[in-house]
Amino acid sequence: MTESLIFEQSRAGRFARAQAPVVREDVELPADCLRAEPPMLPEVSELQAVRHYTRLSQRNFSIDTHFYPLGSCTMKYNPRACNTLAMLPGFRGRHPYAPASHSQGFLACMFELQEMLKGVTGMQAVSLTPMAGAQGELAGVLMIRAYHHARNETHRNEILVPDAAHGTNPATAVMCGMKVVELPTDADGDVDIAALEQAVGPNTAGIMLTNPSTVGVFERKIEQIAKIVHGAGGLLYYDGANLNAILGKVRPGDMGFDVIHMNLHKTFSTPHGGGGPGSGAVGVGARLKPFMPIPVVGREGDRYRWQDEKDLPQSIGRLSGFMGNAGVLLRAYIYMRMLGHEGMRQVGEFATLNANYLAARLKAAGFELAYPRRRASHEFIVTLKRMAKDQGVTAMDVAKALLDYGYHAPTTYFPLLVPECLLIEPTETESKEVLDGFVDAMCDIMERAARDAEHLKGAPWTLPVRRLDDVRAARQLDVAWRPEGADA
Amino acid sequence: MSEVPLELKYTSDHEWLRLEDDGSVVVGVTDHAQAALGELVFVELPEAGSEVVQGDACAVVESVKAASDVYAPVTGEIMGINENLGDAPEKVNQEPYGDGWLFRMRLADPDALDELLDAEAYQALLDELD
Repeated sequence: MTESLIFEQSRAGRFARAQAPVVREDVELPADCLRAEPPMLPEVSELQAVRHYTRLSQRNFSIDTHFYPLGSCTMKYNPRACNTLAMLPGFRGRHPYAPASHSQGFLACMFELQEMLKGVTGMQAVSLTPMAGAQGELAGVLMIRAYHHARNETHRNEILVPDAAHGTNPATAVMCGMKVVELPTDADGDVDIAALEQAVGPNTAGIMLTNPSTVGVFERKIEQIAKIVHGAGGLLYYDGANLNAILGKVRPGDMGFDVIHMNLHKTFSTPHGGGGPGSGAVGVGARLKPFMPIPVVGREGDRYRWQDEKDLPQSIGRLSGFMGNAGVLLRAYIYMRMLGHEGMRQVGEFATLNANYLAARLKAAGFELAYPRRRASHEFIVTLKRMAKDQGVTAMDVAKALLDYGYHAPTTYFPLLVPECLLIEPTETESKEVLDGFVDAMCDIMERAARDAEHLKGAPWTLPVRRLDDVRAARQLDVAWRPEGADA
Repeated sequence: MSEVPLELKYTSDHEWLRLEDDGSVVVGVTDHAQAALGELVFVELPEAGSEVVQGDACAVVESVKAASDVYAPVTGEIMGINENLGDAPEKVNQEPYGDGWLFRMRLADPDALDELLDAEAYQALLDELD
């Protein structure tokens, strides 16, 4: 059943008396500041508004309601305790302009979060200010550029990016005024070393790597890569998208990375999806420490204070109001404190175990793994190219069909180098029973593809809307409601 | 099975070139490329008059699945672009070798075409991918 728009439920003059001021104060505003007509807002009762949004929320696929194996997004459970504790009045009521002397508790948490992130990634310093992964990337590459410029090596303007990388990597490099040099991936998912040796040179600013990579395997030659890039005078950037796989086991700092961004909303379980807010904290090695974004929290004796331009005069500057998303950072802090070091190690172990279990069962059921000779990290790729060829059922059809079984679809058509692919990431917080249920659904779909492909091409059948016209939506984007007959 | 017209030249990046009577070449993406991309929603073309070097990213084709660079197949000057694609990117899907052409180039070196793939070699490349 479809839900009508809140505007369509509007009736002139209806409003929520409990929510609206009955007595109006006369406020003297200059005439040119007043609008000529009232704004076009829906007129509904409070009960209508509550029912409308409650019903919409019930139609969401969310971690709290459905298995959500969206590869590369780490949709793990967000413990309720993190929400509850981050909402303590002392945190919630703190004004961002409150002096440091009144914010010692909050600052202590942020300082400890910086320290814990340093410890688990092997970096020398951490700044929490970037508001999301892409901003963390921007900060990282800006630091690499600032480093080369400070050494009068302004000609270094090439960033190496493997072809399997997230699209944000080349986009970030271009935003920072760099030229992107693409590196091929070999048949087993590793960076092609011969091509890397060819690509580095006097203009190399650095390399952006995700490890484990987006094809779901650990980059085995990382030490060799670090040696080659450092040897050419470049720096190594670690995209933390897949940090969950190695948490507590291996540290990017030990692999030779100079700078890293962490998606606290993935690895450290703060709520995300549908726009965040996220957190893309950055960690740096000794060489990039002077260039960190500000502010960062420092400790002197038993007191904490903000460090800014005076402490870090070479900083790339500020990336957010105050210091990033305070509520998100608190949740990540609480999550890490609850896990402890041992718990973090288990995150990496169980995320990997779940992915390998799921991969092994799907393979046994006849699905084709894109990298069958490799052990999966925390995610893996199934390619449906045979099903697409033989039955005309594509990865998109399978993704849509999974919705009918009550599963959020895996990531589709990414990475681009694997045709008709599903990128599946179960995370560590799912039970064996849930994983088995997902395998059953996939087997059902495979059997159906052979018998009744048309059914799958029409999926989903059970949701409020069927197959949406995403091509038309992209070509003729129109998201604003207007009264019938009004011009666009 | 995607179509590979015999009279065209090809690159391993799935672009085609057609030599015109005036010595210029028309460039587009192949049937295989449009099928792999899915329905296009946006095409970004180079500026007429710009100079490009073989291998430069000079256009972008974007579908609901992905955005892909189109590389200059040869070195030379962009003489003109297919203005119709701004309003109708789907032309690339419908007629990749016809009204869905992307741009027209003047070759810096007329012999450059000889180094590209002929239909047979491109077909062999597609067979290998399959």
